[in-house]
Amino acid sequence: MSEMPANASKGHIEVRSFSLAYETIEGPVQAVADTQIHVKPGEFVSIVGPSGCGKSTLLNAVAGFLKPTTGMVTVDGERVSGPSAERGMVFQQYSLFPWKTVRENVEFGLKMRGMPRSQRERAARTLLGLAGLEAFEKHYPEKLSGGMKQRVGIVRALATGPKVLLLDEPFGALDAQTRVIMQQILTNMWQRLKISVLFVTHDIDEAIFLSDRVYCMTARPGSIKAEIPIPLERPRQQSMMMSSEFLALRRGLMSLIREESLKAMGGEINDMGMQGLNIELHGHSLADVI
Amino acid sequence: MSSPALVRHPEDSMPATAIATAGPAPVVTPPAPPASFGTLALRWYRLNRAGLRATAIGIISLLAFLLVWHLLTTYRVVFFVRFTNVPSPLAVYASFTKAMHDPKFLMHILLSCRRIFIGFSLAAIIGVPLGLIMGRFKLVHEIIFPVAEVLRPIPAIAWVPMAIMLWPTNEQSIVFITFLGSFFPILVNTLHGMSLVDPVLVRAAQCLGARERSIFREVYFPASLPHIFTGLTVGMGVAWVSLIAAEMISGQYGIGYFTWEAYSLVQYADIALGMIAIGVLGLGSSLLIRGAGQLVMPWRST
Repeated sequence: MSEMPANASKGHIEVRSFSLAYETIEGPVQAVADTQIHVKPGEFVSIVGPSGCGKSTLLNAVAGFLKPTTGMVTVDGERVSGPSAERGMVFQQYSLFPWKTVRENVEFGLKMRGMPRSQRERAARTLLGLAGLEAFEKHYPEKLSGGMKQRVGIVRALATGPKVLLLDEPFGALDAQTRVIMQQILTNMWQRLKISVLFVTHDIDEAIFLSDRVYCMTARPGSIKAEIPIPLERPRQQSMMMSSEFLALRRGLMSLIREESLKAMGGEINDMGMQGLNIELHGHSLADVI
Repeated sequence: MSSPALVRHPEDSMPATAIATAGPAPVVTPPAPPASFGTLALRWYRLNRAGLRATAIGIISLLAFLLVWHLLTTYRVVFFVRFTNVPSPLAVYASFTKAMHDPKFLMHILLSCRRIFIGFSLAAIIGVPLGLIMGRFKLVHEIIFPVAEVLRPIPAIAWVPMAIMLWPTNEQSIVFITFLGSFFPILVNTLHGMSLVDPVLVRAAQCLGARERSIFREVYFPASLPHIFTGLTVGMGVAWVSLIAAEMISGQYGIGYFTWEAYSLVQYADIALGMIAIGVLGLGSSLLIRGAGQLVMPWRST
């Protein structure tokens, strides 16, 4: 495993006075406005927010796929100007290369770096072993289950030893059982590699369970509404999700996001939906439930 | 082989095997119990039942076709269509055995195959890279696409007079017609494949450090391969259509010429023989392409 450089003191992400606007025929549309976030080296940070709030946009800018309209993104003081192997990315749709076997997928980053075949084969095998996938190295991705595909996706992103790992709703397409297992696997790898992680999700439980810190974004145009430290001790067990501490954090985040979701729906619910909801909620008011 | 990156987190109490055992259990095929020949044959039959059925029906259907053909010709049926002069299957078989010993017939076939080989190969060698480049570089697409769109609807046969003017020898003009016939399906399908490449895969490659050339080779090209092979299959079909037309109009030698000549010489059995030869050759060449596709794209075959 000597291929994997230590990242203990690297991977500091800074996003400063960031905004991003799309040009449309009706003029620019603000997707993300005036956002500051940072991820300390080795920290696990999640971004949650109502759908369409621009959290994926923000992540894509950190990856280097989108250029900020104002502000800048830096990693270890270096300005991000395009995608690079320093910032590994895991996608919701897995995005494994269907024409490459599991091992060839994992080898891809090393191949791009010019590592000789035998060496990168060995490195890929070791990594696949860590993820319990060595038996599948010769399979094509199509034959794998969703959970296995995403394990390959994570291993592939980690193979080049990136400073930071960016994950865009990586477990969104998985069933609840698999998702829990994947969260454990990700936590495990993160703790081994001491890599900085920026994790985008709409699943509040997932964000709390995994993170050191959670950013909550506002409705579009997205900006940071709140920054919530998660003081739960590690290693975290599934049973912690029932603890009062966890539930308190959950309640807090939930209400923040509900507020924004309602705002995003443009007051429709306030105008006409409230009464209907009250009936379904058996007399409790919407505010109580939220 | 130890590295600081893999030093355990002090709080990390999860055993190393936790990763390995987590997730869906690997599919382990149980060791096959020793089976007798009878059970093996039965199992093979069960697994391949659908395929066997298709083959059996296919054979019956071909035999029925031959039988109907035989009856129609022996009784010289006239019912809107006249079978009076149509050769019977047996007559065609007789001329087939004769032709097999005739070096001239084999030469006709070989020449047609050579024309297809050259024309089609040229079309593939030019069409596929051009499609890839047009798909990747907008300017090239903007320049070439309008011209291609105007030339594309012109059937290859309509090119015959022009081809005769353009090329000094008959042989070259026939190969040119064959080339044209297969070129456009190959180009258009390659372009289509390029336009369907999943942009997320391109981004995934960029995140792993791939640059323009590698992305082209490792993502765009393999992602387009299924469509490229569709183009090659269609192109091969059109190549035969164009070749036979060209051979009938301007040819000397070739299976199309053979068929037309048989008509002029009132050798009716040879007409059918020529037609069947064309059918078999066309079928054979598309099977070749399909086989090549399966070799090149192992991830698509199950």
